[in-house]
Amino acid sequence: MSEKEILMQVRDLSVEYNTRLGEVSAVDNVSFEIYKGEILGLVGESGCGKSTMGKALMRMIQPPGKITSGQIIVNGEDIMAYDQKQMRDFRGRKVSMIFQDPMTSLNPVQRVDEHIIEAIQVHEPDTNTTEALARAQTLIQRLGIRKNRMKSYPHQLSGGMRQRVMVGLGLVLNADLIIADEATTSLDVIVEAQLADQLRDIRETFGVSLLVITHNIALVAELSDRLAVMYAGHIVEMGDVESVFDTPLHPYTKGLLKSIPNIKLDDTEKLYKMPGEPPNLTHPPAGCRFHPRCPFAMSICSQVEPEFSEIVPGRMVKCWLYLDHPDKEEATIEVTA
Amino acid sequence: MSTSLRRFLVTRLLLTIPMVLILVTMIFFVMRVLPGDPIRSQLGPRVSEEQADALRERLGLNRPLYIQYFDFLWDMVTLDFGTALTQGERPIRDELGERLPATIELTIPAITLTAVIGIFSGAYAAKNRKKPVDYIIRLLSIAVYSIPIFFMGLIFQIIFSVRIPILPLSGRMDTLLLTNFTSITNFYIIDAILTRNWPALWSVLMHLVLPSVTLGLALSGVFVRLTRVNMIEMLQSDFITAGRARGISENKLVYRHALRNTFIPILTMLGLQFAILLAGAVLTETTFSWPGVGRYLVERIQLRDYTAVQATIGIFALFVAFISLLMDILYAFIDPRIRY
Repeated sequence: MSEKEILMQVRDLSVEYNTRLGEVSAVDNVSFEIYKGEILGLVGESGCGKSTMGKALMRMIQPPGKITSGQIIVNGEDIMAYDQKQMRDFRGRKVSMIFQDPMTSLNPVQRVDEHIIEAIQVHEPDTNTTEALARAQTLIQRLGIRKNRMKSYPHQLSGGMRQRVMVGLGLVLNADLIIADEATTSLDVIVEAQLADQLRDIRETFGVSLLVITHNIALVAELSDRLAVMYAGHIVEMGDVESVFDTPLHPYTKGLLKSIPNIKLDDTEKLYKMPGEPPNLTHPPAGCRFHPRCPFAMSICSQVEPEFSEIVPGRMVKCWLYLDHPDKEEATIEVTA
Repeated sequence: MSTSLRRFLVTRLLLTIPMVLILVTMIFFVMRVLPGDPIRSQLGPRVSEEQADALRERLGLNRPLYIQYFDFLWDMVTLDFGTALTQGERPIRDELGERLPATIELTIPAITLTAVIGIFSGAYAAKNRKKPVDYIIRLLSIAVYSIPIFFMGLIFQIIFSVRIPILPLSGRMDTLLLTNFTSITNFYIIDAILTRNWPALWSVLMHLVLPSVTLGLALSGVFVRLTRVNMIEMLQSDFITAGRARGISENKLVYRHALRNTFIPILTMLGLQFAILLAGAVLTETTFSWPGVGRYLVERIQLRDYTAVQATIGIFALFVAFISLLMDILYAFIDPRIRY
């Protein structure tokens, strides 16, 4: 793990939405890193801030939302300091994004080849159309779309094909990181599996890193190397996929994993239902944001927010159960690697 | 042309027939239900019954109504339109041949101006939503929409031809030039070009400025708002976000990607407005003494000139049908999802 190169370092990133009911803290002081060539899964419930975070990494938060603090360091440069023009160059070339709904993510009046040629020429104005077309064709065939589909309009393609076009658009400029925001959610299971396969494939071929944002834990288990679990604007746990699945540390992760329906579940066994509801982020709970729903909550949890700490090498968790504190009454749980 | 497009065109053209038929039938009977008639409107109230009957007989108004009706339908079908009942009883075809080109020559630049001003300032306002420039554009669009068109025309006349005399006050061209001006099509621009009468062409163009700007500006308010609302919605759609994530510039996203996707509702409105313009330019035509078909229609309605009104409205109906057909064909060129 340690010899891996860091591609993107996120430090203390916070995003707030200014609404009529007050400031909504959608992402709160989140720090993590994405390594070169890895697939990082980011899971969490709806509304936990995972999509907001994906957009924030490209500085694409639209008003009334705002990135209120933090650094995003790529290749030693903090992109928060970039101006509009540098940002435009950054988007698409360094980091690209695949969106949830392939039905609406392509311009309905633009053909597939026009999309790709445009993406190339925006970043490389010197590339002529013939050359760009040739590149587009090679890429599109590699993604398993037939060449004669190049002249199609988005509505003439299936959902899976459109999503592959989106992947192609992300790849055409050799981006280092592709953020897939619920990219497979609206596809049926078979197409979803194909796309997941394809994502793994392009990691091998192109050496890109992938940030897979999803609420589909099964997909993440299948696809990613590392896993980050988000709850109410915080990353509460992070580690490599096997260990998080084998020994979840954070009570929220434990509950989340127990809530996955399993066909092998006995008739006598019941599916775990997490008590309570996700908190209202205009007034998040004090201390640990999970404490009102936590079966292991201690008195300290409602008072002081725990640090996101590395408990064992490669495993981070944000929970008092694993941290020492002078006022703490219960014993700290020791975890061995 | 694909067979399906041809079938669509044929269907639409066939549907035009009952549409126009219903309209002209309504007009035929409504005109005769209205109080007053062309006899009284011309001879006045103090005329003897014999004189009135004589005129009625000469104009064919003493014939049974159904005969008059079928006579009128036949005139429409043969595109002959018959003769007017008042004002010299000239063939309606000649009268409209003078009036209609004048109106079309006014409305085409006006609607072009409307589209350009409306679409671009609407898109610009949407792009700068909630910024001062957005509020200014919206305010101006309400202003031009709510100022009566003849008032706006008068203001322009006072400013640009009285105080600063750079533009002619009214009419289609300089009366001095009119004496040696040969009119072939009654489209003065075309006539001037055909006869290589360059001073006349210049005069015609200058005379067009004020009326077409007035008319174009007055209508543009609707399009500013229509474009703005549709653009705001479009700018929030996923493909714009996706385009932004690809590093495409904001200007390109607004004016190329989003705008083309909002053309359908704008075009629909433009088609409808153009139809209204043909008939409804009355106020502009009156303000600028423009000898167009709007003024003609009002004048003949007042005189209860049955045949002239019927024929004019029948022609309007044909125009509307033609323009909406044109719009439907244009849709398919703009949006690849629409196929006939």
